[in-house]
Amino acid sequence: MDWINLAVTLIKIVVLTFMVLLPMIAYSVWAERRVAAKIQNRVGPNRTGIPFTKWGLAGLGQPIADGLKFIFKEDFTPAHVRTGFFWLAPALTMVPALMTCAVIPFGSELNIAGYKIPLVIANLNVGPLFIFAIASLSVYGIVLAGWASNSKYSFLGGVRSTSQMISYEISLGLSIVPIVMIFGELNLTEIVKWQDSNGWLLLPFWGEGPLLPKVILLVPVLISFLIFTVSMFAETNRLPFDLPECETELVAGYHTEYSSMKFALFFLGEYAAMIIGSGLAVTLFLGGWSLPGGIGSDLVDKPLWLGIAHFFCFLIKMIGFILLFIWVRWSLPRFRYDQLMRLGWVFFFEIALANVLLTALILIYFK
Amino acid sequence: MAIVVKRPKLTFGEKIYLSSIAKGMLITMGHFWRALLGKGTVTMQYPEEKWDENLPEYYRGAPALVTDEQDRERCVACQLCEFICPPRAITILPEEIPSEDEWAKVEKRPRKFEIDMSRCIYCGFCQEVCPEQAIFLRKDYAITGTSRAEMVHDKDKLYEIGGVREGLVNKWNELK
Repeated sequence: MDWINLAVTLIKIVVLTFMVLLPMIAYSVWAERRVAAKIQNRVGPNRTGIPFTKWGLAGLGQPIADGLKFIFKEDFTPAHVRTGFFWLAPALTMVPALMTCAVIPFGSELNIAGYKIPLVIANLNVGPLFIFAIASLSVYGIVLAGWASNSKYSFLGGVRSTSQMISYEISLGLSIVPIVMIFGELNLTEIVKWQDSNGWLLLPFWGEGPLLPKVILLVPVLISFLIFTVSMFAETNRLPFDLPECETELVAGYHTEYSSMKFALFFLGEYAAMIIGSGLAVTLFLGGWSLPGGIGSDLVDKPLWLGIAHFFCFLIKMIGFILLFIWVRWSLPRFRYDQLMRLGWVFFFEIALANVLLTALILIYFK
Repeated sequence: MAIVVKRPKLTFGEKIYLSSIAKGMLITMGHFWRALLGKGTVTMQYPEEKWDENLPEYYRGAPALVTDEQDRERCVACQLCEFICPPRAITILPEEIPSEDEWAKVEKRPRKFEIDMSRCIYCGFCQEVCPEQAIFLRKDYAITGTSRAEMVHDKDKLYEIGGVREGLVNKWNELK
């Protein structure tokens, strides 16, 4: 039995990280470019399709071509860098981003021949904490890249990234506290199950339980959601908070000196963090894999089709959230550095704290 | 004298950005849907669609030499274009026109006239400086070649591209 469990876990790791997450990273780059083009009244990459044919497939081959290009490019290490740290840094941004995918529940469970396989790699009972702990490690990659590159732009990018990530980690963590108080649970699978039967946290209009407290709880939940999303943008270095690599001031920030696959690892790590962030937001606020309207939530033994529907429901929600990331990136200008710090420390920190208190009062009053 | 810049007074709604963020996001969303439905996109799909019919009068493409109505090459090899050419793309080797020639009084003509199209920046200075109206910028822009030597337009090629141009100043023509 142990061997079977081990084999199933290994298969889940391979399938979920390398066949779900990595293609999603690649295609979110494609989506980013296409959506950006549409927003700016352009066309975007629409030709790279099947080689040696006329089929462009709306440019769906572009990520594969990009990947091949990165692999075959010269891997150049400048003479003025600290080679060891320089080589370590890209891995340190990529690895934590991929590791966090272990606790995200991609679906409920697949019922294959009576054997139930939960679609989560590690069913930890500290889900969000694990994600925050590991995801904050990726700042080491950026800082090491900044230091080891031994150039002023990389250095400034690294410094900015450190202070930004530390500031927003606090409001990110605090914005989760009210949610955790409502669920009374830190296991992401249990959180999604709760939402499956009680209605999604942001759309609590179906499921068990009286409606009134759920609607009143919507106020702190909305505040939490706003703070969580904005902090997520800052945490993943996306515009409007992409100060560590802002092109107009710092060339490319911490990865100025990087090329070929090492640059690609930074790039992939950034997108992986974005996808995991969307996954976490969907899991916490939008009901994870649960279907809208609470369809199939009363079934104890979930048939195979329901498991598959749950999996795709989660993917669709996640893609919607990624599109939000992209949409914001191509709409808003970059914040100034002091504005960013002010927003983090003066506004979000206090609002998140007050929100915890508000949630506590509501919970005491209704239970 | 120092000037005190008056900062605009923002209302609370403007200070928390949210309304302006929503407004901006709606604008980009509008552009996105319009482009998705195929409206508003101005990109030209290059090899299939070309701009050729809409090239403006003043478009500066490849430079070329022209002959006049009498089938005389207009260039007198004064080398002004060679001297003014910023990337030094033009090379001229002048020669004397033999005295028995009909146009002997013009005195000089180019034996060799080469424009290296891999250097040319299409600035149009050669056309501007030419006292004989002998060199013109055409509308050709897709100049390709598989080697550096192929990218050099020699005299024959330049006259072939340029062709005959009528109605120019005819200062060497005795009849006028």
